[in-house]
Amino acid sequence: MEDSLGRRILTFVLGWGVALLLFFPIFWMALTSFKTEAEAVTAQLMFTPTLDSYREVLSRADYLGFALNSVVVSVGGTVLALLLAIPAAYSMAFHPTARTRSTLLWMLSTKMLPSVGVLVPIYLLFRSAGLLDTRSGLVIIYALMNLPIVVWMLFTFYKEVPREILEAGRMDGARTGGEVWFLLLPLTLPGVASTGLLSLILCWNEAFWSLNLTSSSAAPLTAFIASFSSPEGLFFAKLSAASTMAVAPILVFGWFSQRQLVRGLTFGAVK
Amino acid sequence: MSSATQETPGAIKAPGGFLVMPSVIVLLAWMIVPLVMTVWFSFQYYNLLAPETAGFAGLDNYEFLVTDPDFWVSLRNTLVLLSSVLVITVVLGTLLAVLFDQPFPGRNIARVLAISPFFIMPTVAALIWKNLMMHPIYGVFGAVAQAFGFEPVDWFAQFPLASVIAIVSWEWLPFALLILLTAVQSLDHEQREAARMDGAGVIAQFVFITLPHLSRAIGVVVMIETIFLLTVFAEIFVTTSGGPGNATTNLAFLIYARALLQFDIGGASAGGVVAIVLANIVAFFLVRSIARRLEV
Repeated sequence: MEDSLGRRILTFVLGWGVALLLFFPIFWMALTSFKTEAEAVTAQLMFTPTLDSYREVLSRADYLGFALNSVVVSVGGTVLALLLAIPAAYSMAFHPTARTRSTLLWMLSTKMLPSVGVLVPIYLLFRSAGLLDTRSGLVIIYALMNLPIVVWMLFTFYKEVPREILEAGRMDGARTGGEVWFLLLPLTLPGVASTGLLSLILCWNEAFWSLNLTSSSAAPLTAFIASFSSPEGLFFAKLSAASTMAVAPILVFGWFSQRQLVRGLTFGAVK
Repeated sequence: MSSATQETPGAIKAPGGFLVMPSVIVLLAWMIVPLVMTVWFSFQYYNLLAPETAGFAGLDNYEFLVTDPDFWVSLRNTLVLLSSVLVITVVLGTLLAVLFDQPFPGRNIARVLAISPFFIMPTVAALIWKNLMMHPIYGVFGAVAQAFGFEPVDWFAQFPLASVIAIVSWEWLPFALLILLTAVQSLDHEQREAARMDGAGVIAQFVFITLPHLSRAIGVVVMIETIFLLTVFAEIFVTTSGGPGNATTNLAFLIYARALLQFDIGGASAGGVVAIVLANIVAFFLVRSIARRLEV
């Protein structure tokens, strides 16, 4: 009775209506990126698609530099965080001590420190260390920023590895940490991959430190797009083309990692 | 036989304690050093433009802060932004989670589209909304208004804070939806089936079964969003720069302006301490709620 045809149609219409409404700005951005500047300031739907805006944005000598910075700081921050977190999460998952629980919760609490609260000291420290507007500076910040999430996610993945496999491995002669490690690596690779993916997404979209600590040579795409805020923002087609290129890769990554996202962002509190 | 068989949680002395140390040490440094510096600076006269007036300031920076009307406006804006986005995302997120829990053709694709805004970088989201959507002359909203014979609204001039709230809500609604949908899907469908057999209507099922089941997840969404929304920055930076006047200046933007535009390190640090205290009040509840769930 509840599942009457009318109800099903209503669910379908509502579900798709909401989805299309939420997605509309992204769709419109992609559509506008194929217009000329003159067409971009109108709401018209019929036009001859052109790649001119993409060509112009790409021909700006510095665009690829910003894109490269985004790749370097995101990958760099993620790799550094994984290198620090994998041993820590492994150790806490397989050899928990009395302190493990409080260590995990303490790591989580460092994430609660609002970045704006430490903007001043970080800015001054970076200035005296010569790290302002450098990629290494952002890599360090991003690694530290994501380290608690990365440790937590890896920890939950390691907890799911059946103990029997490790014990069987030890019976077969894997005695040193290194040997156990090679046994674990293939088992936990999917977990490490999705943790890395989440970290990549967070680094790529980070827009507090990138706006405040970089100006030109290390500025990633978040900062490049911000440079459109005025008066260049009136070039709607170019803004759209630059934005579409900036969000497309991470949007696709995001689609593939929805589940892991929930696990990572809620620290396992919602499953 | 092997040491592995003796392993019981908590009993064994960690052979890999040194594996945890690198992470602990860098996080400790990352937390303690800037925190101590912020607190220290907040009691100092320290302006990068006036290096001659340095020294201990006592509570002067705090006094200056609380007697500055801009500070109270920024605090009010911070709280209005936070509570508006929380209400919008949690209420709509809950309703949408229930909607996307129902089967309908193409549901997986529709869900992917609906959560997409969460993956858009803040500067892109803000500029797309400001220019392509809300621009009074060239934006979609203006075109739609005119098609229906209304005057287009200059959103950022007339309703600046509401405009920022709209953008931030668009970014965070998918987050709430994603988390709450995960929670809804873990709901025991037999329980709801039984309630339906007993004659409970759709609304009664929602109020007496779904909502109580979701309360924990809603709490987590509220607290995580609060942490991020207390310090919204990029969306304001690229759209309004805190204006017009101070209409969209929140605490994060005020601290940024004090520190990197006016170079008043002492004053900005006092603001930073306020932000840290605010966030810690929330963090206390968040960590406690997660701790209850943690199995080590």
